[in-house]
Amino acid sequence: MSHAAFAIVGGGLVGAGIGYGLAKAGHDVLLLDEGDVAFRAARGNFGNVWVQGKGLNSPAYADLSRGAALGWRAFADELEDLSGVPLHFSQNGAFYVCLGADELERRADALMAAEAASRIPSGIERVDRAGVAAVIPEIGEAVAGATFCPLDGMVDPLRLLRALLSGYQRLGGRVQAGGRIARIDGEGRGFVLRDASGIVATADRVVLAAGLGNAGLAPQLGLTAPVRPVRGQVFITEKLRPFMPCGIHFIRQTADGGVICGESSEEAGFDEATTRPVLRNSAAKITAVLPLLRHVRVVRAWGALRVMSPDGLPVYQRSTSHPGAYLASVHSGVTLLPFHAGPFAAALAGDWLAPDLAVPFSPERFHV
Amino acid sequence: MFRSLTEPTGRLVTVSLDGRSVELPEGDNLAVALLRAGHGPFRTTPAKAAPRQPYCMMGVCFECLAEIDGVPNRQTCQERVVPGQSIRRQDGARSTGSAAAPAPAARGTP
Repeated sequence: MSHAAFAIVGGGLVGAGIGYGLAKAGHDVLLLDEGDVAFRAARGNFGNVWVQGKGLNSPAYADLSRGAALGWRAFADELEDLSGVPLHFSQNGAFYVCLGADELERRADALMAAEAASRIPSGIERVDRAGVAAVIPEIGEAVAGATFCPLDGMVDPLRLLRALLSGYQRLGGRVQAGGRIARIDGEGRGFVLRDASGIVATADRVVLAAGLGNAGLAPQLGLTAPVRPVRGQVFITEKLRPFMPCGIHFIRQTADGGVICGESSEEAGFDEATTRPVLRNSAAKITAVLPLLRHVRVVRAWGALRVMSPDGLPVYQRSTSHPGAYLASVHSGVTLLPFHAGPFAAALAGDWLAPDLAVPFSPERFHV
Repeated sequence: MFRSLTEPTGRLVTVSLDGRSVELPEGDNLAVALLRAGHGPFRTTPAKAAPRQPYCMMGVCFECLAEIDGVPNRQTCQERVVPGQSIRRQDGARSTGSAAAPAPAARGTP
């Protein structure tokens, strides 16, 4: 059995990111990971650092995403130096393409209105078809135009998780893998964490970053994690010579040359399977946007489960009934990583969530 | 380097290998036939142009890629020898320009 100042439940991008920040500040951290049987959003995700369209009705979330995206370059450099793992991070902006003029009109109007309400500018622009073609000449005739945000970027999500766990351990953080935390009790001034076979660890403070697993753990500590799985299906093509200088919202070319396409959002419970109608639909859409991919072969497809709250926004919470217990439930683990490793870890170290974080992202917003 | 344990059953047919004519047993697994003919490297990698030869021989590793009849990135371990087919080394990643799809009848797999 181990003891730590901080026990973090969940070894994905969110948990490892928070652990990285705490370990970097010199804290004693134990990361408890379920192991490879876990639903791993961190290993299934698309790899976008994404700002545009986030927080259309929540300036706080828009600013959170923008601030994190602005910190990504420095964070990527630091993590690459520390871990020696190349992250293939680029931030050349990205297009959200619209196939119809009406869709473009509606989207551009909504994004411009949100831009005016945000504190941090995102540089969002509306571009017509010729504007997209000036950057990606292969764009299809079906595309009416796009919104472009210079803060959007991409990273290799698999290398990112590896780098993060390696960097975290180099900073002195500990990882304990294998075993799903099932019960957490407050005892004295600390916490006891158990899996099915008994006590796994004790800690002075505990952070729930277990993705979909937060839903069951949160109530034990007076916290609330109303998250559900939303499936995405993704496929990747054979490697192609580089032809995309920047991403399109559901299409990006990896540094290795493969083109990743992820377009679906489904309510499918805890089923990670891929289905032919969804993949066929994604293939139809990608070839409408980039007709030159029509004869390119797909080499792999997979499904993964997003961690989604009722309004799509993150939930951050400090327990009042169990002081020292915290919760982070987010679906944008990639984009928000510099925030989790930076300001959020600092807040946990100070044992306090400031109102600008505690109020807009509290689960109390769902109790209306 | 490689030799067959049994006598090839297919008749020898002419294919084009990097522009020169070679005789391979019709219907043989293409990667096997090319290895026996001394072909190599099959491809060079997109990242560092390192040479590669077939490795898994079962469609997983993508090391045996070649351009077959103008179509890049074909897995030769999943194809058979067909008379008159043209095989070229796969150099790096394919371009998006040469995007012709193989017609089903032109595929070597039955």
